[in-house]
Amino acid sequence: MIKKVAGPLVIANIPDCKKGDLVKVGKLRLVGEVIEIRGDLASIQVYEETSGLKVGDPVQNTGMPLSVELGPGLLSTMFDGIQRPLVELEKASGVFIARGVEVPSLNRTKKWTFKPVKNKGDEVSVGDIIGEVEETSLIVHKIMIPHGISGKIEEIKSGSFTIEETIAKISGQEITMLQKWPVRKSRSLKQKESVSIPLTTGQRIIDTMFPLAKGGSACVPGPFGAGKTVIQHQLAKWADADIIVFVGCGERGNEMTDVLQEFPELKDPRTGKPLLERTILIANTSNMPIAAREASVYTGAAIAEYFRDMGYSVALMADSTSRWAEALREMSGRLEEMPGEEGYPAYLSSRLADFYERSGYGKCLGTPEREGSLTIIGSVSPPGGDFSEPVVQNTLRVTKVFWGLDYALAHKRHFPAINWLQSYSLYVENLSKYFKENIGEDFPAIREEALRLLAKEAELEEIVRLVGMESLSQKEQLILFVCKIIREDFLYQSAFDPIDQFSSLKKQYNILSLIMILHKKSLEILDFGVEVKDIQKIDTISRISKLKLTKEEEIPQEAESIRQDMKNKMENLIGRANNE
Amino acid sequence: MSKAIEIYGPLLLVSEVSGALYDELVEVELKNGDIRSGKVLEIKDDKALIQIFEGTEGLDLKTIKTRFTGKGLELGVSKDLLGRIFSGLGKPIDNAPDIIPEKKVDINGSSINPFSRNYPNDFIQTGISTIDGLNTLTRGQKLPIFSGSGLPHSRLAAQIARQAKVKGGGSDFAVVFGAMGITFEDAEFFIRKFRETGAIENAVLFINLASDPAIERIATPRAALTAAEYMAFDLNMHVLVILTDMTNYCESLREVSAARKEVPGRRGYPGYLYTDLATIYERAGRIKGKDGSITLIPILSMPDDDKTHPIPDLTGYITEGQIILDRALERKNIYPPIDPLPSLSRLRDKAIGKGKTREDHPNVANQLFASYARGREVRELMVILGEAALSDIDKKYLKFADEFEDKFIRQDEMEDRSIEDTLNLSWELLKILPKDELKRIKPEFIDKYYEA
Repeated sequence: MIKKVAGPLVIANIPDCKKGDLVKVGKLRLVGEVIEIRGDLASIQVYEETSGLKVGDPVQNTGMPLSVELGPGLLSTMFDGIQRPLVELEKASGVFIARGVEVPSLNRTKKWTFKPVKNKGDEVSVGDIIGEVEETSLIVHKIMIPHGISGKIEEIKSGSFTIEETIAKISGQEITMLQKWPVRKSRSLKQKESVSIPLTTGQRIIDTMFPLAKGGSACVPGPFGAGKTVIQHQLAKWADADIIVFVGCGERGNEMTDVLQEFPELKDPRTGKPLLERTILIANTSNMPIAAREASVYTGAAIAEYFRDMGYSVALMADSTSRWAEALREMSGRLEEMPGEEGYPAYLSSRLADFYERSGYGKCLGTPEREGSLTIIGSVSPPGGDFSEPVVQNTLRVTKVFWGLDYALAHKRHFPAINWLQSYSLYVENLSKYFKENIGEDFPAIREEALRLLAKEAELEEIVRLVGMESLSQKEQLILFVCKIIREDFLYQSAFDPIDQFSSLKKQYNILSLIMILHKKSLEILDFGVEVKDIQKIDTISRISKLKLTKEEEIPQEAESIRQDMKNKMENLIGRANNE
Repeated sequence: MSKAIEIYGPLLLVSEVSGALYDELVEVELKNGDIRSGKVLEIKDDKALIQIFEGTEGLDLKTIKTRFTGKGLELGVSKDLLGRIFSGLGKPIDNAPDIIPEKKVDINGSSINPFSRNYPNDFIQTGISTIDGLNTLTRGQKLPIFSGSGLPHSRLAAQIARQAKVKGGGSDFAVVFGAMGITFEDAEFFIRKFRETGAIENAVLFINLASDPAIERIATPRAALTAAEYMAFDLNMHVLVILTDMTNYCESLREVSAARKEVPGRRGYPGYLYTDLATIYERAGRIKGKDGSITLIPILSMPDDDKTHPIPDLTGYITEGQIILDRALERKNIYPPIDPLPSLSRLRDKAIGKGKTREDHPNVANQLFASYARGREVRELMVILGEAALSDIDKKYLKFADEFEDKFIRQDEMEDRSIEDTLNLSWELLKILPKDELKRIKPEFIDKYYEA
């Protein structure tokens, strides 16, 4: 029985409930979760709008924790924060979301073709793959033995089944393709290992300068308008993960619509298949109930871990974790807890750490032996763009990559507006072996050199601002010139140009190494009395600018031609300087 | 029979209540027969906490009668809303009879299923170069104007309302105007402008003046959007909603929050300000299978022109961009003083270009931004180092920035520039710069338009 209603918090008399129990509140049977118990009174956070509830309304305890449904049918679907498919909600209640609508998370009537990979009589235990379903043309869904079951296969079927039909019997227990998993509980790997493979994203400043590893975690903070969401979308489109889970947490409705309308059109650059086929969307937009926002990131994480357990590389994007933290803050306020920094609860940092630690790379449970990874990329929306606020700071303590979005860059329409002086990646060491072996022996070296020049540029600009360009030496002027090229022709990348939006690592390497050769050769010829303004006149340089808009397959040839051309032009300059 | 036990701030606490619903509408009858309305904020055991929209002045504990209505605050809607003026709570104040509602709708609305939305990508021509050319408005977008005290946001909003049109025309057009705590003069300005152009016949006005009860403002934007939703999604009209001034709305919210002794977020505003604003702003949009749309232009004044103040800050995180008015431009006597650099329209790129506006538009817009930003940098440099320190190319950028402000940003309040005019003007200005400086523009467009 309800005793009190204050926004999303309901206090009710529920005898014998457990913390974390899923309850149905009021006559509309709104979904809620027990978050605190004092004597007979339970505090419930309600995942739907609570208008119209009254004291004395019934509350029913399901006795089960808040769980996700796992099985075929997850891919290409958009769910709300508590895993209700939005397309089913539309069928049930129209374009505006009604309350108390109960729809199953996964389709119960659709038949999937199940192909067994184990035989009758095989011994199986947790995590073992017993069969496969081709869920989309891109992804094979592996059916694994759920937790708590092991033994000998007494029967295994082959053919078309719904997710609730029995596909196998193991030691007397019937196995279906549907599993349930409590969202707040992390699914474990057999063994976590350190990361060594980059998650390439086709974004030059990310892949070359501040790379992310498969199984790693990254934080993208930035003020509004700096391009957080565009970056998250770019990653969702072009990251070379097998599965993308995109959690739109307290953000704009139109952004989710955009993803839904755009992804079916977009083709995976590696396989040519529609990107939506590897994507799962969780949408809790800013005007949807706040408590479900808190749950949405966990719903996303549980689904992501499930695919990781199949041996896939999974990337989870959460946009934005600040809205999730605000949901925590609001509930904490309603519970009248003692606030920590800026009104956020004291447990903010441990909740964030828990969440990001769900990322990782390693061996999955069960046979056949396989490795999976879960990469987490969380964006943060700090108030006023101030990175010293608690959500950014606590996130930075647990993530290894920091892409700091900069208002000044966005202002100049330099996109992606990732500040190259502030940002960092702690995976550079781990990944350098991969880069050397697969891309270019000198790849880590030219990256470092480019970053060094950019740092130097910032110092020099300071001087120019005070005393003017003339006071700089030729070598210093050369740095400014080369850095302008790095910024405009390498770091700047359009998210809307069909060619520029995705650059392979090879292409990135080709462009950057040409720029670095330009710098090196120019330094050499400065000693022969050639001046920077002469070098600036070399028309080959404008060909470097066009490389980013050049198709992948034409790059090697064009790069080689530029290299030759540049060499010739520079030799001409030396010749001319000698003559004078 | 319920009993009033406490009155503080805008709140009334009653006990011995049975069956009060959370969030329901309450009518409070005073001794003299006046009726005030309120909303249930919290229920606990037999007590209900009520926020009184018209304020608690004159209420007492003994004689008032509270009546729980069993439903939320509703607005009666029908086609007859058009041309009418209502109070901030949705009661007619234009001395005309009450409308006969076709249906009554809870003003809180419900959230649109993101799956059912249609992406806003129809270009709206406002006739204002800095908006059309650089920060394009689209049908179904929510694009606020960040202003400051003394800046001409009202004139700008009225100009947009007057000139906005979509290429190719289409369904009926209507304006919903929600005023929260603005002065009589400001309200009168809008009403006069609407009258002058005849737009009033296609407008619905919800007016809460500075002298009206502050708590009523919490209902005003919701009532306005409820009317807008009816016209957009039931009557298939294209509705432009102007809400001014959101800062006053947030102040009222803070007042209620403070009275409830809630743990405050930044600057005393409640921690749920983001969510609360989102429930207003997110009502803009388009819906699959419906012709109508709601385009929302909230106006807010930034205290001390500070964009990091919680109200503009949280608004910017929800809306799809922002139009920022700049005091320095205003001082140069430039109207409209829109600073294009911090302004942004997130939906621009999907609404412009070939087949929408003109093929060169996306490139030109990026180039104008980059070149104007560079020009402004040069101008700052000049202040420190003097004009002699500028290189030739710097001087060209400086000239570009000056001309850009004078010709592109500046335009008359009655001047309605077509998008073609805006783009042609852009090329005119870009010609100040040498061709190879135009790195953001594809060579084929340079050949076609720069040479022309």
